[in-house]
Amino acid sequence: MTAIAQSASSETFVLNLGPQHPATHGVLRVKLVMDGEYIVEAEPVLGYIHRMHEKMGENRTWAQFLPNTGRMDYLHALAYNHNYVCLVERAASIEVPERAEYIRVITNELNRISSHLLWFGAFVLDLGGFSPLLYAFDDREQILDLLESVTGSRLTYCYFRFGGVYNDVDQDFLDGCKAFVARLRERMPMYHNLVTKNIILMKRLQDIGFIDAEMCRKYGATGPVARGAGIDFDVRRHEPYSVYPRFDFDIPVYPGCDSMARYMVRMDEMEQSMRIIEQAVGAIPEGPVMAAKAPKIIKPPKGDYYHAVETARGSFGIRAVSDGTNTPYRMKLRTPSFSNLVTFGEAAKGMLLPDALALMGSLDLVIPEIDR
Amino acid sequence: MDADTLKQKLAALPSAAVQELDHARRGFSLDVSLPPAQLVAAVTILDEAGYFIETITGVDWLGENAARIKEAQAAAAAKKAAAAKKAAEARKAAEEAGEPLPEEAAPEVEEEAPAPEPAVDDLEAIYDFNRYDRCHRVTLRTRAPRDKPSVPSIVHIYQAAHWHERETHDFFGIKFEGHGYLVPLLLPEDADYHPLRKDYSA
Repeated sequence: MTAIAQSASSETFVLNLGPQHPATHGVLRVKLVMDGEYIVEAEPVLGYIHRMHEKMGENRTWAQFLPNTGRMDYLHALAYNHNYVCLVERAASIEVPERAEYIRVITNELNRISSHLLWFGAFVLDLGGFSPLLYAFDDREQILDLLESVTGSRLTYCYFRFGGVYNDVDQDFLDGCKAFVARLRERMPMYHNLVTKNIILMKRLQDIGFIDAEMCRKYGATGPVARGAGIDFDVRRHEPYSVYPRFDFDIPVYPGCDSMARYMVRMDEMEQSMRIIEQAVGAIPEGPVMAAKAPKIIKPPKGDYYHAVETARGSFGIRAVSDGTNTPYRMKLRTPSFSNLVTFGEAAKGMLLPDALALMGSLDLVIPEIDR
Repeated sequence: MDADTLKQKLAALPSAAVQELDHARRGFSLDVSLPPAQLVAAVTILDEAGYFIETITGVDWLGENAARIKEAQAAAAAKKAAAAKKAAEARKAAEEAGEPLPEEAAPEVEEEAPAPEPAVDDLEAIYDFNRYDRCHRVTLRTRAPRDKPSVPSIVHIYQAAHWHERETHDFFGIKFEGHGYLVPLLLPEDADYHPLRKDYSA
């Protein structure tokens, strides 16, 4: 920090952004060294909502840790549920009935759309456009109602179980999914006309906030940040899990490396999630939703296990070490926004402050997931 | 670089142990244990092969050496008990057959060796790498004793290590030599404790 600060003009000053600033979307603080309107150095300061989930993983049984997973990324909680149950199922060799996997995929993709919708509204709000937020929340509300009807909660879900899901879905839910997809399909052109093709938005995002493929590799960035840098990387394709290989969907990739590319990736992903939901709702088999022989007490064999899923923000991985008892020995949570945010320090150098806020919005940060 | 070449290159490093794992079962493809002195060389190989860094973390193996000694003692005791049982059976069989009793083995005068003092346990630093074009998760692991936990920093190769190493230092107290800015990342600024060490309790 000091080296760059010294080389800049002596007129630099330190600006404190957050931890209670609306643009940081949660308790994130950024220390900025400014030269007039330009950023010389940006250093994110973390830990304001650190709860030590990894230690909690070590002092309770495998099953007791399940509700914790929904409390890290509160916008795509089901993906976190999913990763954890997949990890335990892998470690303890539990077979999952097909219907349960279909339900997991449908609810997961609904949750992904709701996460992207919230990001969309909040991102445009950061850039000064208020009304898209209200439209996005209207659509998101439909998803929350649907998910509430099967999971019982609206935000911090804990719906999946080792060997299946907590309860079956009914025809009303499946019809609701179809109706929702039809509704959002109709509204997507409106979003594109209202926002994507808006000249102010384009000017704020195009060629600004440069994060290229090599930078992604060095920082371990994944998700829409990597796909916006031209990297064709999606865990659903790359390291297939659940029943994702059965569905026909595309991975949107944009080579722009700028905030616009990341914006476009997420907008296109909503359409791809809708395609997956449609196929899954059409092909969902009858049958049980819990494994008949799911063990009550989980004691995975000794060793290390890893499982990753694609969340709305990128690759979320759990690395667990089992010592053969009913309590995990170590539970490492590799969260995507953590790795995506490390790029900010380098990417924000030399930017105007308002552009850096647009860059931060384009990273789609969820702070409780970074701080864990 | 294909997976086999990479494996050979990593295995060629001095005192590196490379193990191939079943990805479907464990989620890893390659697991490499190596001494801290070889870490930077291994990470450089992965960097040149185009891998991206997934995460860095640690594991505290407190009590591992004591458990090993206990295990060895239990095994020795079990062996001794089995030998005694065998001798007793042989005597009983001889008695039944009316044969002269085999000479009683001289009572073992072997002195109970005092339990060896367990060595200082290790902290392990773990590095996960993967590829963007196909899934090939490679784990590097290196160990340092708990009383002097020091491993080289890789921040000059992968910039992401700047935060990952700070976090691992927060949680385990592993010193990454050459990092230069190991201030708490997630813990409070004045934190002088390492919560993921097994002997830490709030």
